[in-house]
Amino acid sequence: MMQRRRDRRIAVGLALTAAAAITLTACSGSGSGASTPAADAELEGRGPIQYVSSPDASGAAQATIDAWNAEHPDEQVTWVELPLDADQQRQQMVQNAQVEGDAYSVLNLDVVWTSEFAANRWITALPEDTLPVDELVPATVEAASYRDTLYGAPYYTDGALLYSRTDLLTAAGITEAPTTWAEMQEDCASVLALPEAAGMSCYAGQFDKNEGLTVNFSEAVASAGGELFDADGNPTVDTPEAKTALEFLVDGFESGMIPRDAITFQEEQGRQAFQEGKLVFLRNWPYIYKSLSATDGSSSVAGKFGVSAIPGEDGPGVSTLGGRNIAISSFAENKATALDFIAFFTNREQEEARLALSSRAPVFPEFFEDEAVTANYPYLPTLLTSLENAQPRPKVVAYGATTAAIQDEIYAALTGEKTPDAALADLQTKLTDVTKG
Amino acid sequence: MTTTIASQAAPPPPADLPRKKRKEDRAPREGGLASLLLSPTFVVLLLVILYPLLSALYQSLFAAESGLDADGFVVEGESFVGLGNYLDIFAGAESGRFYNALWNTTFFTFVTVGLETVIGVAFAVAMNRAFRGRAFLRAAILIPWAIPTAVSGLLWRWIFQSNGIANDLLNTQILWTAEGFAAQAAVFIAEIWKTAPFIGLLVLAGMQLIPEEVYEAAKLDGANAWKQFVSITLPLVRPALLVAVLFRLLDALRMFDLPFVLIGPRKTSVETLSILAWDESNQLQYGAASAFAIILLVYVAVIAFVFIRVLGADVIGDADARAEKKAARAQKKAARAEKESAR
Repeated sequence: MMQRRRDRRIAVGLALTAAAAITLTACSGSGSGASTPAADAELEGRGPIQYVSSPDASGAAQATIDAWNAEHPDEQVTWVELPLDADQQRQQMVQNAQVEGDAYSVLNLDVVWTSEFAANRWITALPEDTLPVDELVPATVEAASYRDTLYGAPYYTDGALLYSRTDLLTAAGITEAPTTWAEMQEDCASVLALPEAAGMSCYAGQFDKNEGLTVNFSEAVASAGGELFDADGNPTVDTPEAKTALEFLVDGFESGMIPRDAITFQEEQGRQAFQEGKLVFLRNWPYIYKSLSATDGSSSVAGKFGVSAIPGEDGPGVSTLGGRNIAISSFAENKATALDFIAFFTNREQEEARLALSSRAPVFPEFFEDEAVTANYPYLPTLLTSLENAQPRPKVVAYGATTAAIQDEIYAALTGEKTPDAALADLQTKLTDVTKG
Repeated sequence: MTTTIASQAAPPPPADLPRKKRKEDRAPREGGLASLLLSPTFVVLLLVILYPLLSALYQSLFAAESGLDADGFVVEGESFVGLGNYLDIFAGAESGRFYNALWNTTFFTFVTVGLETVIGVAFAVAMNRAFRGRAFLRAAILIPWAIPTAVSGLLWRWIFQSNGIANDLLNTQILWTAEGFAAQAAVFIAEIWKTAPFIGLLVLAGMQLIPEEVYEAAKLDGANAWKQFVSITLPLVRPALLVAVLFRLLDALRMFDLPFVLIGPRKTSVETLSILAWDESNQLQYGAASAFAIILLVYVAVIAFVFIRVLGADVIGDADARAEKKAARAQKKAARAEKESAR
């Protein structure tokens, strides 16, 4: 077999344009040893840089960049706006990395991309002393690291919340939100027996074949005391804990605890169902809090719901960590400026200023309990509890293949196409293949 | 693909009148000048069609190889695997996925194009009638075609969600956006809604070229509406209809955005070959993705070729056929003029 070292700096654009106009664009791989970027030693060079991210409708990130630009006339930051769709953002950043382009200096990465970008040396390791890592929510630092090396600065974070209909729970004589799956089922039984709960279902999460399913499944496994990968990165899904977790979901569908149509739910469909008063409990992200509490008549549950940490097998469950990191592209120029900029971008003052404009959860724990902040975002203290337990999604290099395998097998189990046992055994085989490389 | 069809479909030069005439008319240096003037076009075509095509073909012979070194960094390389990617696709462990996508692609193409043709022709017949507000109807029918597919995919996703309009109207609880036949039906409905107008408009254009006298004559002979449609309209719009159907066929074979947006990626019941190619490239398996794209290309070429051969659609519009038509039209025109002057 011939090994081709690809140190050519070209992108082999692959655009199939036939009479039928088939178009597929891709690039040839690169990134061989010849262009290995060294770590901290190379964080030098000052001058203009580019911040690469999705659009930010709140204007909060732009305010930070304006503040930086006002102070640093010779090291201006320009914003390169990528599409809103996360897959497309990743694809553009990967393509830029594969041609080793210097057009992108500072990358706004979804936390699940950290391992892939770090392992491919597409982003540069950060010297630990540039960031106040000890003062951040630990799970966010963990999610910005690969093999114990910090590769990104945590920007904002996200965790799961359990939304419950407190009005109905109170009517059924229940004062505390459930902390275990069994309690949740019991509470459901009491609530659904009430006349005002006619036509409602108990619980839903995100079960469509989509990233949301990976999130919900890994949460269930962690909440049952298991994990998808062990410390050495070997898959561990064919275990009793994973089986408990999967059976919780499969039985939920069978027994009607989870409504049948929840198999088509992504975040928004679940929010709609809860907002229309069709669900007693919903697992979702903090972002829906705002629309649920809207008092303009669009929400039928405003003032009637509460949030708590998601339930687990024997006690509070383990949330999956969402959010974003800011990292430096290995192929960027002016890395010293980039490093200063990400430290500035994620510092306390900027996070605080941004909180007024955007509802993104900060990475400094003190804001979660700051009364000035929680007056606007009352779910923050609960979210902090959720984050203190949170686990990053599988930290594997081939994350795309991993999440695809999880979605395929778990969806098959939820739709009854496979038994939980068979799905988990097949998943174990697939993930072993994926991690082998 | 253009070249394939052109070389296959071009008939041997017939020694008929129009061709000879044309040759005589043309100055000897005209051909040289034409090729000179056209050469920039050929260069561009070479760059945008031939180069990517060859590059994809080349790329499809390699497979990405990656492993992790002791520090957890990716050691990446590409190895030449020859036809290995193709072998994997046709006979490898995951070949079931390929055959499923191939079947979906074919099934979607034939069902949607078949139904679109029928509905499109019906549209055209309706629009061809002279009535007040016809222009408005034509514009209205064009709207679905004007909406970007991804947007109409979202629109239909909203209609088909579990508590959406479709279920409300039908008073059912069908899970259209999950898996299974309901998902396929959702794709059919959205696709036909979008593209039947396209066929309708092309056929309408063809219909408007049919002289009114032909129908008048048929009426005098006592042919009813159906008979007129089958014996006059259909044969005379045939060239336009075949071109429309061929375009739709080629388009439907590479169907991507509608099932992707409406139902979602990696859903077995609606996964097409294009989605499969996308999925591979998304996972940085460019070799396999190229191989899928090449297979799709060949498949599209074969279907187009068979269609053109069997039904004789004049898509290439090669010069001789065009010249013949021109002559025939001129003849018809002359005959009509004669008829008119005789009146």
